[in-house]
Amino acid sequence: MNAAHTVKVNSILKAYGNRAVVNDLSFEVAPGEIFGLIGPNGAGKTTTIRMMMDIIKPDSGEIYILGEKLHETAKNKIGYLPEERGLYKKLSVLESIVYFASLKGVDRNTALPRAKALLKRVDMLSHRNKKIEELSRGMGQIIQVIVTIIHDPQLIILDEPTASLDPVNAQLLKDIMLDLRRQGKTVIMSTHRMNEIEEMCDRILMINRGRNVLYGDIPSIKAKYRNNSVLVEYDGELGQIEGVQSSRQVNHALELTLADGVTPQMVLTRLVQRGVSLRRFELSTPSLNEIFIKVAGNENE
Amino acid sequence: MNKTWLIIKHEFLTMVKRKGFIIMTLAIPVVALLGLLAAQIVPNLVNDTAPTTEKIGYVDYAGAFPAGITEGKVSVVHYATEADAKAALLDEEIAAYLVIPTDYIATGWLQRYTLKNEIEISGVGQTAIRDFLLGNLLQGNTPEVIARAKNPMNIITTTLTSTGDVAEQQGGISAMILAYIFAILLMMSIFSSSGYLLQGLGEEKENRVMEILLSSVSSAQLLIGKVIGLGAGGLLQIVVWMVSAGVMLKLALDNFSDVIGVLNVTPEFLVLGVIYFILGYLLVAVLMAGAGAIAPTAREGQQMSVLFTLPVILPIYFMALIMEHPENIVVQILTFIPITSPMTIMMRLGLSEITSWEIAVSIVLIALSIVGCFILAKKLFRTYLLMYGKRPDLRQILQSFRKA
Repeated sequence: MNAAHTVKVNSILKAYGNRAVVNDLSFEVAPGEIFGLIGPNGAGKTTTIRMMMDIIKPDSGEIYILGEKLHETAKNKIGYLPEERGLYKKLSVLESIVYFASLKGVDRNTALPRAKALLKRVDMLSHRNKKIEELSRGMGQIIQVIVTIIHDPQLIILDEPTASLDPVNAQLLKDIMLDLRRQGKTVIMSTHRMNEIEEMCDRILMINRGRNVLYGDIPSIKAKYRNNSVLVEYDGELGQIEGVQSSRQVNHALELTLADGVTPQMVLTRLVQRGVSLRRFELSTPSLNEIFIKVAGNENE
Repeated sequence: MNKTWLIIKHEFLTMVKRKGFIIMTLAIPVVALLGLLAAQIVPNLVNDTAPTTEKIGYVDYAGAFPAGITEGKVSVVHYATEADAKAALLDEEIAAYLVIPTDYIATGWLQRYTLKNEIEISGVGQTAIRDFLLGNLLQGNTPEVIARAKNPMNIITTTLTSTGDVAEQQGGISAMILAYIFAILLMMSIFSSSGYLLQGLGEEKENRVMEILLSSVSSAQLLIGKVIGLGAGGLLQIVVWMVSAGVMLKLALDNFSDVIGVLNVTPEFLVLGVIYFILGYLLVAVLMAGAGAIAPTAREGQQMSVLFTLPVILPIYFMALIMEHPENIVVQILTFIPITSPMTIMMRLGLSEITSWEIAVSIVLIALSIVGCFILAKKLFRTYLLMYGKRPDLRQILQSFRKA
């Protein structure tokens, strides 16, 4: 595999009736990164993922996976955990894993030891001969994750992976994702849990109404949405400070919005000169959550 | 390994391991066998428990019936007056008595009195009364003439072909039984395997396995794999039934050869049976797959499938027509509509004549409609398999045929 991009999506469009669900969307995912696909409900995340999996076809545009135009055998190199997921209830854990592995082109003799190793990794080896219907919901989800990675895919796509997991299993899943990145795999996850995005992802694409509204690595996105303001906590009176345009209370702190050309350093110097006793002084960077709400909100107006 | 093959194998094994399938496959031959045994045992039981003799009294006002009769275990005996006959009935000396009125010769009316509540007069009793009446009415004739009058027609029919030779298919009850049994078995196995197809699709939708499958295989691979895998299961079922039917027919022939006559199952009949099973199943299965793709749950799919299952069994309702008037326009239409064709042809093969060009045309028509429906079903698969919870309306479906 020597493609520069694991995934390259070139202005894809998908419409149902007159409504464009995905509209002129382009992005790239680099090898070995964890890429976040975010957006409000109904933004077109799942549709985009299904087009990447060749489950539905875009009306126009191209998708390249691992350097090749999308085709049937590419599916063997991708692991996909759909948002709506399930397994055959009557099949045993081991048989389920082996059957789905075989559909990804991995024969039984290769799949069995891998399945056992993965079951051991998640501490479920003793459940291997149980039927799926006998497992708890969380256990079923973990088996589903194993099914997703049993064929050693280069690219793993997870649609809302932690949506119905308890904190323990969610952490287990995150550990598995980090393991995969360490092995050089590429992971794409879709979610609307911003804390997970900040915790896990290298880069993100945010879509709203099928369009690209934010795309890039997290520090530069945050820098872009920084509005030249600082957060301060202090004792006593603050008074009027030169260069501060406005102020507002944010929880226990005061957010000072600075005038153009005024740097936080200048404000800090003035506060110290004035003898204000500071408990906290920091650059106010918006959380992804705020950016998400702001961008999605603007778009919807 | 080829993915289509993997799905075929998985679907086949899942189907034949289902309890319902195993029970259905074994129950039919077992029930038929029990039926055969019962048919053999029950008459013997009845004969054993029947009274040694049954007496029927009569009072003759017409004056034309001097002689009583004893036939088998029933005897018809004379009483001078109705009061005597009634007393004998109340004493249970006789089971019933007849009053023959003076105008019997003109009207045919007989009055019968009995103590029992019965649906109709027993067969032996009826025969005895008829023979008693005939014997007296034909007084003066030779016993041979009287015996012939009691049983006046033993017809032997020979069907000739248009060239005047004796036809190969002689029709008759044996051919009818064969055609009927075969049509029913064909229908049952087509329905059971296409029913599993529908149920499987519904379950996979409800289980949400569908999207995982589609992320590994194409919708065409999934469709072909399911249709063939389950069809193989259905074929296995019909083979089991046919083999056991063969064994049982042999048993039945040994016991009821006078009723059934000579059954002759020609190799062409069997070959065409298998061909029409495969064609009929493929057509219904592909239609069911389309319905399964649209319907959000297994239950709704089942309801929609009635649209296809009704036409398949339609020829059964026209059985009399197919049997007696194969040249009728309705029969002709049923022969060529792809969905009614398999059953109609199987019945016509057994019951009435069918030309080889009719068979050839119907096979071509079914094959073409299978291909056509497959293409449409594939489009529905792609568009609707992952739309949970909502059923598209007709306009949307037609739109997806054009687009997908």
